[in-house]
Amino acid sequence: MIDPILEMRRVSKSFFSIKALRGVDLTVYPGEIHALMGENGAGKSTLMKILSGAYRPDPGGEIRIEGKPVNFNGPHAGRAAGISIIYQELSLAPNLSVAQNIYLGREVSRFGILAREAMEAGVGPILERLGADFAPSTLVAGLSMGQRQLVEIARALHARSKILIMDEPTTALSAGESERLFGLIRRLRAEGLAIIYISHRMDEVYALGDRVTVLRDGTLVGSLDKPEIRADTIVRLMVGRDVSSFYKKEHDAEAVHGAAVLAAVDIADGRRVKGCSLIVHAGEVVGLAGLVGAGRTELAHLIIGAAAKTAGHVEIEGRTVDIRNPGAALEAGIAYLTEDRKALGLFLDMSCLDNINLAVLGHDARPGGILDRDKARDRAKKAFAALGIRAADIRVAAGGLSGGNQQKVLLSRLLATTPKVLILDEPTRGVDVGAKSEIYSIIDNLAKAGTAVLVISSDLPEIIGICDRVIVMRAGLIAGEIKRTATAPLDQEEIMALATGMERLDA
Amino acid sequence: MPDDGASAKAATAPGLAAAQETRRQRTRLLIRSAGMLPVLVLLCFGFHLLSDGRFFTAQNLGIVVQQAAVNTVLAAGMTFVILTGGIDLSVGSILAASAMAGLIVSKLPDVGALWLPAAVLAGAAFGILNGGFIALLRLPPFIVTLGSLTAVRGVARLLGADTTVFNSEIPYAFIGNGSLTLVPGVLSIPWLWVIALLVILVFWLVLRRTVLGVHIYAVGGNESAARLAGIKVWAVLIFVYGVSGLLAGLGGAMQAARLYAANGLQLGQSYELDAITAVILGGTSFVGGIGSIWGTLVGALIIAVLSNGLILTGVSDVWQYVIKGLVIIGAVALDRYRLQGSART
Repeated sequence: MIDPILEMRRVSKSFFSIKALRGVDLTVYPGEIHALMGENGAGKSTLMKILSGAYRPDPGGEIRIEGKPVNFNGPHAGRAAGISIIYQELSLAPNLSVAQNIYLGREVSRFGILAREAMEAGVGPILERLGADFAPSTLVAGLSMGQRQLVEIARALHARSKILIMDEPTTALSAGESERLFGLIRRLRAEGLAIIYISHRMDEVYALGDRVTVLRDGTLVGSLDKPEIRADTIVRLMVGRDVSSFYKKEHDAEAVHGAAVLAAVDIADGRRVKGCSLIVHAGEVVGLAGLVGAGRTELAHLIIGAAAKTAGHVEIEGRTVDIRNPGAALEAGIAYLTEDRKALGLFLDMSCLDNINLAVLGHDARPGGILDRDKARDRAKKAFAALGIRAADIRVAAGGLSGGNQQKVLLSRLLATTPKVLILDEPTRGVDVGAKSEIYSIIDNLAKAGTAVLVISSDLPEIIGICDRVIVMRAGLIAGEIKRTATAPLDQEEIMALATGMERLDA
Repeated sequence: MPDDGASAKAATAPGLAAAQETRRQRTRLLIRSAGMLPVLVLLCFGFHLLSDGRFFTAQNLGIVVQQAAVNTVLAAGMTFVILTGGIDLSVGSILAASAMAGLIVSKLPDVGALWLPAAVLAGAAFGILNGGFIALLRLPPFIVTLGSLTAVRGVARLLGADTTVFNSEIPYAFIGNGSLTLVPGVLSIPWLWVIALLVILVFWLVLRRTVLGVHIYAVGGNESAARLAGIKVWAVLIFVYGVSGLLAGLGGAMQAARLYAANGLQLGQSYELDAITAVILGGTSFVGGIGSIWGTLVGALIIAVLSNGLILTGVSDVWQYVIKGLVIIGAVALDRYRLQGSART
């Protein structure tokens, strides 16, 4: 039996009267990848900050590293004890070289003059070991996100860390870069490092995790060993109840057989989208799948006129419509939910009331553009009730809501325009499990009411769970289409084969 | 809807926290909008004491509001511009050019009475030009209006062949020097101040009660999101810069009526700085999206009271500059401090 490298016993942390962590027991062994999961606000980042030394845990708990109790009492305590954390937003200085970044704060100097060559020589072997394809003297600004992550890992190894904590490391990576990162993480495991891997993505946790620990409301609700790691067991721990119908699909496009509402014909922008056509029928939920960078969001932006088309046109209910800006798209009956709700969707300082009404203000207004405030209040209240938005009041600023509620506020704005076509770009990104399930049932209800829905998603189980049909994009082109039938549900492997272009091997 | 008691009970705890959050936000909003009013009141009473009771006299208050009037009008337009996240550095120059245009028209035979609309429209034209460059060519507002600060000043000097234009017979001169009598012999308000208050009232209605007002806040709060939400961002931008120019034109007319004269070189010099200071003092955030017109009114009054009070208490001209400069920096520091509490970080 190997001795654990990290033991946390009854570790708690409170902020005033709020308990962010309650008596957490966590044991991590060397040479294991320990996945840490939980909804937003479950306490993952508090736990991490305690291990970095940024937060001081409440008295009563105990943290041992290699059997020795350690006292975490300063921001550098974690690093001194052999723990390195790689945050979601990488903490590199882009204007400095790789070697300078790795030595940051511990520079080697002679008589106050930086020993640049000595530092570069010290970094070289580590980069080599990690299989890096760049030199220690390279400026970080010129590196890709994947390469930057490598620099962060090199920094951890250089500090002789025994425990490496990674917070959602693949968010900014392409599929290829993620694969390479996974390979590297497995190699580090083989070398005896303990890796705590924080992620929202089930597929990564299946692929990497030796053990999974789930946090909920600041409590550790359970740990699963490798054979028990399955979607249903993890979701049950995260949500705290059985999720029998997590994905909701009661509408049946096959039976309804609606007319074609949205037709995009040979759309291209001369760069990322190279001639794409698709059709969405009334009462149908169509998935748009593909790898990151396949051009799905770009295609959506071209359809709604947020970017300029170089070719192609859009038809609504058989009539060609000229859409040159998002306002024209809304008038034609196409509403688009952005994938980046904070940067491109919501007005965080404005009230939910204004956020919900924004697209229909002109339509609702009295003559002369005078606001009809009763109508607006009515609309917002109805939206709160219909979508189950949880906030104290419709006048609360949207920025103060949780991710799921923000998403519902944004969705309410689109629904206020009573669109014929709804394009949803990553509708459940950054949304907790409970709100996810609610958003699925909103989509299902819209389809039942006859709306044509196009869902762009990188979450394949989601696409398979809620869609009637999947269109797969690859490198700016439509790679193929898969239909769900009564006998054959949508198949993940088939979608991936189309997305990556692997099906040619079979042919 | 909760269908059993358990889920209803579960909902109260976060509901309570949310109610507290709402209260906190409301308090913050109140502090933000009332923000500088206590400062204004303190300044008034302070100067009253320091000047041996010469501040709160009907005559002195009349002088204060008369001095505040033109800056209030300019600052109202500036509020719109800054709410969209922009800046208008050209208002002082536009004021001078409009006043020149107005005086020249006032000396023409037959159409002399049209000098007032001429001045206002000249201002609006310059403003729309600014807005066109910013909205259609996507140039940064700071650069565009810095350019027109210089160029329009040149136009102002050209208009009068670089001389001072006089017209002692200018129509509507009463708006510059007359007063509206409310209670004969007891209470009268300078027309300049009546105009300023009307402008504030109209602008408040536009911001709070019209679709356009919400769109102005939306463009300043998140321009990309506004575009995706179907708002014609370019139209909003041309409108706010056009309105800022129009009010600069109105300000020019007010100055011309007061002085019976205009000079392209001297009139309106560095007025843009006073207008910007008033807006920032009033709690409008420099990054846009947050602010109110009442705050701007308070800000403009603070500047006028400060100038007036420093003179009353006998502070030398040189020190007045130093003190006003420090007030500007203090206002921006305050803006930073306020933004920390905002949802946007």
